[in-house]
Amino acid sequence: MDNTERIKYLIIGNSAGGIGAVEAIRESDKTGTISVVSDEPYPAYSRPLISDFLAGRRSIDKLNYRPIDFYEQNDIKTVFGNRVTGLNLDDNTVQLESGQKLAWDRLLLATGGTPIVPPMEGREAGGVFTFTTLSDAIAIDDYLQQKPDANAVVIGGGLIGVSISESLLKRQIKVTIIEMKERILNVILDEKTSYMEHKAIKDSGAEIITGHTVSKINSNTHGEVYGVTLDNGDVIPCGIVIIAIGVRPRLELVNGTDIKVNRGIVVDRHMQTSVPGIYACGDVAEAYDFIYSENRLTPVWPNAYLGGRTAGLNMTGNATDYPGGTNINAMKYFGIYIVSAGMISSPDKSYQELIAEHNDVYKKLILKEGLVTGMIFSGDVDRAGIIYNLMKDRVNVESFKRSLISDDMGLLSLPESVWRDRLATVPTVNGVDCAVS
Amino acid sequence: MRKIYIKEDVCIGCGLCEVYCQLQHASVHDLIKAFKKRGPRPLARARVEAKGNLSFSVRCRNCEEPQCVYACLTGAITRDIETGMITVDEEKCIGCCTCMLVCPLGAIKQDKEHKKMIKCDFCQGEETPACVANCPNEALYCVEYDSVNKEVMAKSPSPF
Ligand SMILES: Cc1cc2nc3c(=O)[nH]c(=O)nc-3n(C[C@H](O)[C@H](O)[C@H](O)COP(=O)(O)OP(=O)(O)OC[C@H]3O[C@@H](n4cnc5c(N)ncnc54)[C@H](O)[C@@H]3O)c2cc1C
Ligand code: SF4
Ligand code: SF4
Repeated sequence: MDNTERIKYLIIGNSAGGIGAVEAIRESDKTGTISVVSDEPYPAYSRPLISDFLAGRRSIDKLNYRPIDFYEQNDIKTVFGNRVTGLNLDDNTVQLESGQKLAWDRLLLATGGTPIVPPMEGREAGGVFTFTTLSDAIAIDDYLQQKPDANAVVIGGGLIGVSISESLLKRQIKVTIIEMKERILNVILDEKTSYMEHKAIKDSGAEIITGHTVSKINSNTHGEVYGVTLDNGDVIPCGIVIIAIGVRPRLELVNGTDIKVNRGIVVDRHMQTSVPGIYACGDVAEAYDFIYSENRLTPVWPNAYLGGRTAGLNMTGNATDYPGGTNINAMKYFGIYIVSAGMISSPDKSYQELIAEHNDVYKKLILKEGLVTGMIFSGDVDRAGIIYNLMKDRVNVESFKRSLISDDMGLLSLPESVWRDRLATVPTVNGVDCAVS
Repeated sequence: MRKIYIKEDVCIGCGLCEVYCQLQHASVHDLIKAFKKRGPRPLARARVEAKGNLSFSVRCRNCEEPQCVYACLTGAITRDIETGMITVDEEKCIGCCTCMLVCPLGAIKQDKEHKKMIKCDFCQGEETPACVANCPNEALYCVEYDSVNKEVMAKSPSPF
């Protein structure tokens, strides 16, 4: 006999997706063994909060996503600081870096994303970092304690780049953001709102260079960074470089196996992969997107949790469909509140855009054949969830679409059948109303 | 668990539920003082919508599948398994508004001054929430949702 331990529910990844799954599993199966494996050494923390930590606004113990006794309370075996190095689909086992082997009845791959680092010269230099984990944030913090006067170059003007720029500015570090495309946040914002952010960032004292890339990171003979060279030959001196180009699904465990991969791990509406008994969710998975009616990567926290929850329910035998997710973002960088969901601009002329603009308020909807396929609200973001749920439920809004961008938009902007459905109507049991009045 | 229900056919859209909600959550529990004297006005966690002859009062309904809890980036929103109540931990909340973007009722909103989310909290243990207690037309009522027995059901009014 070998010493392989058998686990009923084996979860790889201890973040939004993994926690969503274990919470769902424990709703119906209180005793089945659960193991959560992560190569990060910490209990689950809120990944988006690493920027608050770096800014000095939040201590490490305030980053926890769940109470400290979460794993104990839920009877979860934790294997932290240990990497899964291989999957064996023939005997349903995983190999850990420590040499240990675990066998599973049901497996969830919630391995998330890995930062993209292009093969540019100088990327190994001291003072060059990525920013996706708490360990990254701690390393950057340590480095800046040593070099508090360093100027920073942030490569990439997406969500992670803007997020760390805000943290660095709060530490009085001079920041230059370099974005290859014509505008920052171009994946999640339209021109109008990305310009608002652009202006707010500039007003906070940062530089933004768009339409250029870094072709080389320059380092001295000690291997320490002292600047970057752009594709047009310009040189920017700096003491720290953050590579924040984006993340891609972390596929090392599934590449070369029978598990079907497209851009991410392909899952069905039960979040099950092409191999029965193996599930995937979160940033690593390509799951159903209700706006495009096809599988897509939607690397945001809420979808990771919900996908994990759906996987967990199905892993316990409770057949449940993933409602689908789309790219959603709520942001407040540099004091500007913006929410966006789905498409950010019309792909072609068959789409219609509705825009309301006054004072600081900007509201845009993108529609096709009566369905909302995208929204961006800024300034007045209250009640935006009413519209997001119309998108999600695929409600035809043709007859009342204009009221959705008005200032007094509310449930009464919707047809009676829809608001009745949403409101707390009197609960019924077996069709009988059970109000006590 | 307890839930607040509305009878929109008797709601007159007077907005008193909002006022009493504000008062309940103000630092001083005196109507005049709360609205006139102390700095910023307290915020209501209920909202009255009106259109033509129709009006009703909206608040968090403590969803069985609470999208806000699932979406929260920080773990600040949780459901109490005993009471079913959904609560925001103000210390953990960063005011990012992700929860607001997924709430089907638009029932959670930002306290802009403190940059935290606020929502109906059932008046934190009051026997009858302030909105229900003060609705002049009894358009709001509170129901113990789980303990309903058949007898009570048979006697209850028809659904609105
Ligand atoms: C700085 C920053 C800001 C962000 N801000 C927002 C925001 O405002 N809103 C939003 O919605 N989203 C935001 N995101 C994105 C969000 O954090 C991710 O979508 C979410 O974390 C995905 O969760 P996940 O469970 O899929 O994977 P992850 O959070 O990536 O976790 C995967 C875990 O699995 C572990 N793992 C992977 N492979 C192995 C292996 N072989 N062995 C052991 N362990 C392994 C990883 O180490 C990691 O701990 C932000 C991300 C970053 C980095
Ligand atoms: S805040 Fe909204 S989503 Fe959350 S429980 Fe209340 S009504 Fe449901
Ligand atoms: S605003 Fe607060 S409660 Fe809402 S998702 Fe963000 S952290 Fe969670």
